[in-house]
Amino acid sequence: MFDFKRFIRNIVLILATLAFIYYAQKSMDSYNLSILMNIGIFAILALSYNLINGVAGQFSLEPNGFVAIGAYFTAILIIPPETKLDMFALVDPAPIVASAHMSFLPAVLIGGFAAMLVAMLLALPVFRVRGDYLAIVTLGFGFIIRIFAINNPEYTNGAMGLNDIPEYANFIWIGTIALITFIVMIHIIYSKYGRSMKAVRDDEDAATAMGINTFKIKTLAFMTSAFFEGVGGGLLASMLTTITPDQFSFLLTFQLLIFIVLGGLGSMSGALFASILLGWGLEKLRILDENITLFGHDFGAHPGLRMVVFSIILLLMMLYARRGVFGDRELTDIIRDYKRKKLESKK
Amino acid sequence: MDFQTFLQQLVNGASLGSMYALIAIGYTMVYGVLRLINFAHGDLMMVGAFMTLIISELGLPFEASVLIAIIITALVGILTDKIAYKPLRDAPKISLLITAIGISFFLENLFTVVFGGIPRAFKAPEYLTKIFHLGEVYLPISVIIIPTVTLLVLAIVLWILYKTKYGMAIRALAFDINTVRLMGINADRIIMIVFIIGSSLAAIGGIFYAISYPSIDPLMGIIVGLKAFAAAVLGGIGSVGGAVIGGFILGFTEIFVVASFPELGGYKDAFAFFFLILVLLFKPTGIMGQDLERGRF
Repeated sequence: MFDFKRFIRNIVLILATLAFIYYAQKSMDSYNLSILMNIGIFAILALSYNLINGVAGQFSLEPNGFVAIGAYFTAILIIPPETKLDMFALVDPAPIVASAHMSFLPAVLIGGFAAMLVAMLLALPVFRVRGDYLAIVTLGFGFIIRIFAINNPEYTNGAMGLNDIPEYANFIWIGTIALITFIVMIHIIYSKYGRSMKAVRDDEDAATAMGINTFKIKTLAFMTSAFFEGVGGGLLASMLTTITPDQFSFLLTFQLLIFIVLGGLGSMSGALFASILLGWGLEKLRILDENITLFGHDFGAHPGLRMVVFSIILLLMMLYARRGVFGDRELTDIIRDYKRKKLESKK
Repeated sequence: MDFQTFLQQLVNGASLGSMYALIAIGYTMVYGVLRLINFAHGDLMMVGAFMTLIISELGLPFEASVLIAIIITALVGILTDKIAYKPLRDAPKISLLITAIGISFFLENLFTVVFGGIPRAFKAPEYLTKIFHLGEVYLPISVIIIPTVTLLVLAIVLWILYKTKYGMAIRALAFDINTVRLMGINADRIIMIVFIIGSSLAAIGGIFYAISYPSIDPLMGIIVGLKAFAAAVLGGIGSVGGAVIGGFILGFTEIFVVASFPELGGYKDAFAFFFLILVLLFKPTGIMGQDLERGRF
């Protein structure tokens, strides 16, 4: 059934978001814009991470690996060849790295596809295991990617990383891609595949008995998630203009994990909400890492305090509000249920 | 590789393997009773090493600080269980896992805030670091002491597991926690004992690690912890003997591959995960493991 009212509403919402993105890029100052760009990238990463962790229920800890793949591919492709020759100080770049060059959008997409390809290869061994084994294997994958980046300086310039990456990524790029990610994710979770993913999450054996090819479904979720994480990584590289292997440590995954737990595992609107709230909060909590002066007494700087606060938030969430803000429902479901309840109480 | 180098690497491998084994035992025991990968376990090793350093800096003799550090680490282990894991015993496993990651992150960052993130020099007493000659082989005494102490500790753990009432309760708990409760055993108390054993071993492993690689920082536990976990899986998770075998295999591999192919040195930290993936592909139960759904040691 084609719901015309809903169609119009969605179009209006999308246009309004695009208008806001355009307005923000044109008229906001660079500080606020940088917060918005951070939020946008966090949203892309959290939404895609939520697909594999929350919707398909495969608790994995690899996004930092996929983000790194996307970031490196994109960076290598968009840095002009002359700059690359100057930059590679340890060894000369491999010929394919030195000569490769293309414009921004194809480079970002190639970053995404590279991550997706790796995800496909990785799915074979990792989805033979479930639960906490899966978590640790994927965590190991994130480490291996970093070790590869450090040990192959002819491709990645080793531990020094890549800098002078052209700054193509503005908020129009990031915001639009975040919007596309959100729309794609919503469509996936209400599709046949999304329902299969949820079935696999809730009871894998029952899902198999219903004729769902659970390996295929998990791999699909994993690849989709990897693609968007790679794209997010490409945007991140271009936004930061410098990348080093150490940026893609487990810390990144940990932050994303807090995002999706806070929003509610399995809820895309929750992931988006948490990205906005925490993306802004992370920036504001930065004062914790700087010099702290309380009642005229100088406590000095404590780098890491921000992360202590964050891990406490995560622990409290797990102990007292395990379902997060939205549970595993979308905002629209919650509004519908609320309206229904109100109607019933009127009767 | 001539015989001398071989001998030297053999001893080094045994020493590195012992540390992995000590930490792997804790993983495997906690997994056995709670079915939880205790992500914070690697960080307990860091707590042990750091506490030894801090307390000996206060002026206490090294041996006393080692003892106090082990006790503190065991307390931290118990506290994580009481505060974070116990309220979630009946929650979905994924919540428990996220909590464990949270604890791990909390410990790492708390130590960074309190003691600073810069690597610190770990000063072991001279009798541990003295170098002696065995023919042409030069060895610090610690590489002999570490495997010896490890085997001793292993013997004690096996004795506790198989010859005492508590050990029997631990093994029973690994089979079925609810039946154990029905038998009038205080399950939480037994779990606490498991955490005490696991955390103390992690602390010993951490102190050994700090003696061998005398530069410690709050993040040192991550990679060693992960490798020890890989060792536990390789040996067959849930099996104490398996954890020790896995630890030694990993230690020898790391030392010998790097000694024979120095160009692979940069990939040293990745071996554990290749092992892990290979084991999971071909024999998910590990060397000593049995059916994953059943507990045993």
